Amino acid sequence: MRSAEEIGRTGVGARPLPAMGTVRTDRTPSAVDTVLDNGLRVIAVQRPAVPMVELRMEIPFGGTHRTHAARAELLAVTLLSGTRRRDRFDVDRELAAVGGDLHAGVDPEHLSLAGSALASGLDVLLDVLGDALTSAAYTETEVSRERTRLLERITMSRSQPRVIAREALQRRRYGDHPATREWPEAGDVAAVTRDAVRALHRRSVVPRGAVLVLVGDVAPDHAVGAVASALASWTSDRSATEMAVLPELTGADLQLVHRPGAVQSQLRLSAQALPRTDDRYPALQLANLVFGGYFSSRWVENIREDKGYTYSAHSGMEFNPYGATLVADADTASEATAPALLETRYELGRFVVVPPEESEVDNARHYAIGALMIATSSQRGLAGHLTSLASRGLDLDWLRAHPGRLQAVTSKQVAEVVAEFFSPTRFTGVVVGDADRLAGPLAALGGVELP
Amino acid sequence: MPRIPSPTVELHRETLPNGLRVVLAPDRSAPVVAVCVHYDVGFRSEPPGRTGFAHLFEHLMFQGSESLEKLAHFRHVQSSGGTFNGSTHPDYTDYYEVLPSAALERALFLEADRMRAPRITAENLRNQVDVVKEEIRLNVLNRPYGGFPWITLPPVLYDTFPNAHNGYGDFSELEAATVDDCAEFFDGYYAPGNAVLTVAGDLDVDEAVALVHRHFGDVPARPTPVRPSFAEPPPDRERRRHLPDPLAPLPALAIGYRLPDPVADLEGYLAYEVLSAVLSDGDSSRLEQRLVHTDELVTEVGAGCGLFGAPLDARDPDTFTVTAVHPSTVDVNRVLAATDDVLAKLAAEGPEPAELDRITARWAATVFREHDRLVSRTLAIGAFELLHGRAELIAEVPATVAAVNADQVATAAAHLNPTSRAVLIIEPSAH
Repeated sequence: MRSAEEIGRTGVGARPLPAMGTVRTDRTPSAVDTVLDNGLRVIAVQRPAVPMVELRMEIPFGGTHRTHAARAELLAVTLLSGTRRRDRFDVDRELAAVGGDLHAGVDPEHLSLAGSALASGLDVLLDVLGDALTSAAYTETEVSRERTRLLERITMSRSQPRVIAREALQRRRYGDHPATREWPEAGDVAAVTRDAVRALHRRSVVPRGAVLVLVGDVAPDHAVGAVASALASWTSDRSATEMAVLPELTGADLQLVHRPGAVQSQLRLSAQALPRTDDRYPALQLANLVFGGYFSSRWVENIREDKGYTYSAHSGMEFNPYGATLVADADTASEATAPALLETRYELGRFVVVPPEESEVDNARHYAIGALMIATSSQRGLAGHLTSLASRGLDLDWLRAHPGRLQAVTSKQVAEVVAEFFSPTRFTGVVVGDADRLAGPLAALGGVELP
Repeated sequence: MPRIPSPTVELHRETLPNGLRVVLAPDRSAPVVAVCVHYDVGFRSEPPGRTGFAHLFEHLMFQGSESLEKLAHFRHVQSSGGTFNGSTHPDYTDYYEVLPSAALERALFLEADRMRAPRITAENLRNQVDVVKEEIRLNVLNRPYGGFPWITLPPVLYDTFPNAHNGYGDFSELEAATVDDCAEFFDGYYAPGNAVLTVAGDLDVDEAVALVHRHFGDVPARPTPVRPSFAEPPPDRERRRHLPDPLAPLPALAIGYRLPDPVADLEGYLAYEVLSAVLSDGDSSRLEQRLVHTDELVTEVGAGCGLFGAPLDARDPDTFTVTAVHPSTVDVNRVLAATDDVLAKLAAEGPEPAELDRITARWAATVFREHDRLVSRTLAIGAFELLHGRAELIAEVPATVAAVNADQVATAAAHLNPTSRAVLIIEPSAH
């Protein structure tokens, strides 16, 4: 039997890494980006690799009333459960016959619809969509059954550590702002009537301000025409409602949130960042990658690959209608939580004091450009990217120009945004875990508000 | 009924003198390429006393090799604009990179270097044991329904260690793993003749074949292991187990049945895949209609072949599952009885032709959609070649699914009977 040492050696010795070949860029797809008479923005992109079409739609769906989230959530789970012409089972059967699917979901910002079908079934997909948008029935039976199921699903969600941590982070960041109501309160859901759902639909499920994206084996002009005809009768005098203005984040102590008996803690840190429309955004995107936005980052290499404190550490950007935030997540065993927080603060501090070297910026840049190319090489990936850009007023041209922006970023620009945005004192956040085990070490470390 | 297009996938094969099987699937629709290696060893092959070892070893394959220091593999892939991952299954372990096509040679170099000479050290082993324990806390120990049903159902349905044990592993056994265990596992299972290399996407076949020879050609041939049979008889009665879960808010159940051998009887196996769609694909499916909407017994219900959410991911024996979450006011026996009733009706009458047409269309669409992502397509080609010796199944399976008839679905439903199944019942136990 060979030893591990013998296995790791050959007569040849270490070999050099091959050079990169010539980079080929993607073809520019044929696309249309237009606004229909009813105010709906439609983006259609031809990507014919498979005979499918992807559909995404986002309708701004803000609401300030305390029970808005409950009504919005019940609307979303009942929207596709039947119309004047079709019952729930007809909807499913007609979509299935064209290899189709359509689902609705809601968050504090948007009502979202996502679906797909064989490209030959686009008309059916759009007909079902238009039918639901203009004549969703919200029958007493469906609303009542979906209300019961929704209550059960909320119970299930709130038993998940990641949901508990997300809700704690949102409260820490935004107090009682509507943005914090990503899952409605059970008591509010129980009280929502069918009439309240129908009224919300009439008032807020409107085309002006919404965006619909189609990507697939379709001719863009034809696809836009099909949307215009299928959704012609979907009209309203009102415009879709944006979420209430979000305050900017300011730095604060982390809050320790007690989860009795937890064997692992959720570390969630957040600070104000920049939206994609800001000139400094590309530099901040690269800075985030170098800090913790990909595997080969300072934070991941430290707390995972060196210390073994976590399986999953990641920092990323969250966009909202008014800006963006940085969010850094790691889950770590109770005994490793305080050490992981110490290393996290160390890496943030080191980041601003010892800013990224040229090579760190270059590696992040190549990753950002390649990962974007990979992510948008599928119909699904391109549809998802375009939708999130479109909901912030950006478009396919912005996406196609983005690699150029990343190429132009200098190390100096990265150092500047790092100094401005990654200072440890700018962060707020939560630690969710077993306070009986965490309070001692976290109190000793400092900067943590105990329960 | 629309005409359902058929997928076409161009495939080329090559076997290197050292035994490495190579499949190439050129597709120049986007400037992206994927490289994937499937090794013919999964957690069913790990030895007793070393549960979780196959997965732990997968982590160690990222920790450096003769030409690559620790961290270098990740850095080279990502700084070339690529993404990577690996995963451990019952019968195989896969590793992949997806990159801009200009980085193809780099990806081949990285995979060849760790196939030839991975560097396994005690320090990296200790570090990755800690990381894997965090992974298990994240996905199993610290959450409700952790490992349901892929870890918790097999010990009810199966008797033998390979089929029944926890593939994530016990902490004490992970901690007991040694560098010598790693050396023995590598020499036993990671020979080039025990692997399939798949390269797909934006490539020129002749150039890619030359690059494969250049980088993998001198990986020394080693003996390949004799693949054991993991066959065991199906249960001769219903086996039931109750599992308390202090984190679960609602009761849940998983029913496990045995499937036909997916390699020896692909058509028979796919009849169960069609059955699973008849049962639970969409609101109009039979279990959804009956259990969720008519009887209002459950919150969620699902049925499918395989324990990892996808069919054709393992060799024999494989598992058909029905899972459901229900309110605590509903007796689990009512859920079982209604499920048995739906199955009995299907066994007696079979599905309607329109049901089968819808399933054919949705299955074809799902396959197109899945394979539009290069990484999914590449992984599927490699798994088909490894498990079935037939990468062509990537294009052929939709037609086989379309050919499944009502009698075959009825026969499959008849086999899912209460006298030969496992029932796992999750009981919330916080109070």
